[in-house]
Amino acid sequence: MGYPHKPHARETPVLSQYFGDAEARSLDGWRKRGGYTAFERSLGMAPADIVNIVKESGLRGRGGAGFPTGVKWSFMKPGDGKPHYLCCNADESEPGTFKDREIMRWTPHALVEGCAIGAHAIGAETAYIYIRGEFTEPIAWMEAAIKDAYAAGILGKNAMGSGKTVNVWVHRGAGAYICGEETALMNSLEGRRGNPRIKPPFPAVAGVFGQPTTINNVETLAAVPHVLNNGADWYKKFSRSDNPKSTGTKLYSVCGNIARPGNYEVSMGFPFKDFLYDLCGGPLPGRKFRAVIPGGISVPIQTVSEAEASLMDYEGFVAQGTMLGSGGVIVVDDAQNLVKFIARAARFFAHESCAQCTQCREGTAWTTKILERIAAGEGTTEDLDTLLEIADNMTGKTICVLSDSCATPVVSGLKKFRSDFESLIKKKTHHLVPAVA
Amino acid sequence: MSIREMGGVEAPADTSHGRHAEPHQPVFVGARKEELDELLARYPSKMAALLPALWMVQHDRGWVSEDAMAEVAKLLELTPAYVKGVVTFYTMYHQHPVGKYFVQVCTTSPCQVCGAEEVVDAFLRHTGCQELGVTSPDDKFTVIEVECLGACGFATPVMVNEDFIESVTPEGVPELLSRYK
Repeated sequence: MGYPHKPHARETPVLSQYFGDAEARSLDGWRKRGGYTAFERSLGMAPADIVNIVKESGLRGRGGAGFPTGVKWSFMKPGDGKPHYLCCNADESEPGTFKDREIMRWTPHALVEGCAIGAHAIGAETAYIYIRGEFTEPIAWMEAAIKDAYAAGILGKNAMGSGKTVNVWVHRGAGAYICGEETALMNSLEGRRGNPRIKPPFPAVAGVFGQPTTINNVETLAAVPHVLNNGADWYKKFSRSDNPKSTGTKLYSVCGNIARPGNYEVSMGFPFKDFLYDLCGGPLPGRKFRAVIPGGISVPIQTVSEAEASLMDYEGFVAQGTMLGSGGVIVVDDAQNLVKFIARAARFFAHESCAQCTQCREGTAWTTKILERIAAGEGTTEDLDTLLEIADNMTGKTICVLSDSCATPVVSGLKKFRSDFESLIKKKTHHLVPAVA
Repeated sequence: MSIREMGGVEAPADTSHGRHAEPHQPVFVGARKEELDELLARYPSKMAALLPALWMVQHDRGWVSEDAMAEVAKLLELTPAYVKGVVTFYTMYHQHPVGKYFVQVCTTSPCQVCGAEEVVDAFLRHTGCQELGVTSPDDKFTVIEVECLGACGFATPVMVNEDFIESVTPEGVPELLSRYK
């Protein structure tokens, strides 16, 4: 469903089928819609069999990295004598992305069920759903759903009468973009500052509380019950015939200067041009699209022709110079100052840098200062070189990729929209030219 | 960059080092203490209950004072300095008293191109705050710009305390504020 709009005939609503349907929020309503049947069946299955089905389905992480979910689960070694944990990353903070919010607001039990199946599959008794602090409404719905699931015996010491313990808890964040980075999330959950950790060790070896941990995005876990109910082959069908690497349906959040912003769900490989003009209604009256960011603000900016040539899956976006990322589509039209837009993105990263790596702490702040002075008409030609030099020092040199993410819109913006920057520049240099003796 | 430049809240002139004027009354007594104990059972370490405990403090007192940090530290077997280190990392914990209604307006890029700056201006004008991060003379409002609220398709999203309001326009600000007496 193109929530908050009526569903479009070309959408494939699986996860978003019940968005806007208030009855689906309650336990009874969810059970009427087939809820918890997948969990019940999974409790009778060997964890390895569940992992294999998910592996076979081709489901990949929907948070941004696109790592195969079944493979990630298979890193958790059964019978190692250690407590295992599942963390659900619901810290949705990537600018442009608001799909997990709708999953939690409309179908909280879908996520509870996904977490419960995931926990059982990786041999964990406890799953924590880490939700960003600002999501007051999703937190309330999730807590209500979890409470009802415990009361009905779905969760707890004897989950659905299976004799197995499955706990699911909500943990509220407190305002930090970086806590969406998996190792920062684990630190935050432990009651620490949300600084990312150096890897290795990877979470599957030493994660939260020092124990083997798997971290999955909300959308990924919400897809798992559908995969179990309908089978891997059903899930694989939602793909391009020439690209088996991206399967399933994907939720896209659409925002910025576009006729119908909202959430849309389409099959992998859907043509981006049709998506932007047909499903989302194209540009606002009298305007033209100028630039598109398809996967949250951390992925490279596309020109309109690149966007129109893209196919919406992991490989399709890479072929057109960007990434699927989180599926947060941001559209900027010709009435906007693109430099100001990028400067505001840099300010976001400067604010959200955890500041433990020098390249990021200094780089994000200086990038912001320089971009803001260019946007204000105070920049110089020299500044453009300085920006690229700083960006180079910020890429691939830090503990996590926040620093790279700040450099990305700057580098891709300068590469593809250099004239936007140059038109704002009047001077060549800030340095005073010494008077001729 | 200064605290205010980075979207923070400035300390009012009448607080000294984040302490209350009156002696600190413990937060974790009676039902609150039971709630915290229940929460501790969910985690293998006491420290993991730190963020939830700080949320309880802020819910009950409106902000997190140094005395409250010390109380939480004792309960969770941490040092007050450690707790302060955590509090200062997260932008949502108030280290100073703020207005009765804390208004956060998203101005990150996707909202910016949809006109969020004019929404901020409208809030500053109609609340009497005039400046970001400064509490209005009647102590009712504090307005800040916030980084991405995660509702970009509903520009401009605004939070007033725990209320999340979508699609706020400059014209809609006076009516919205009238709900907060």
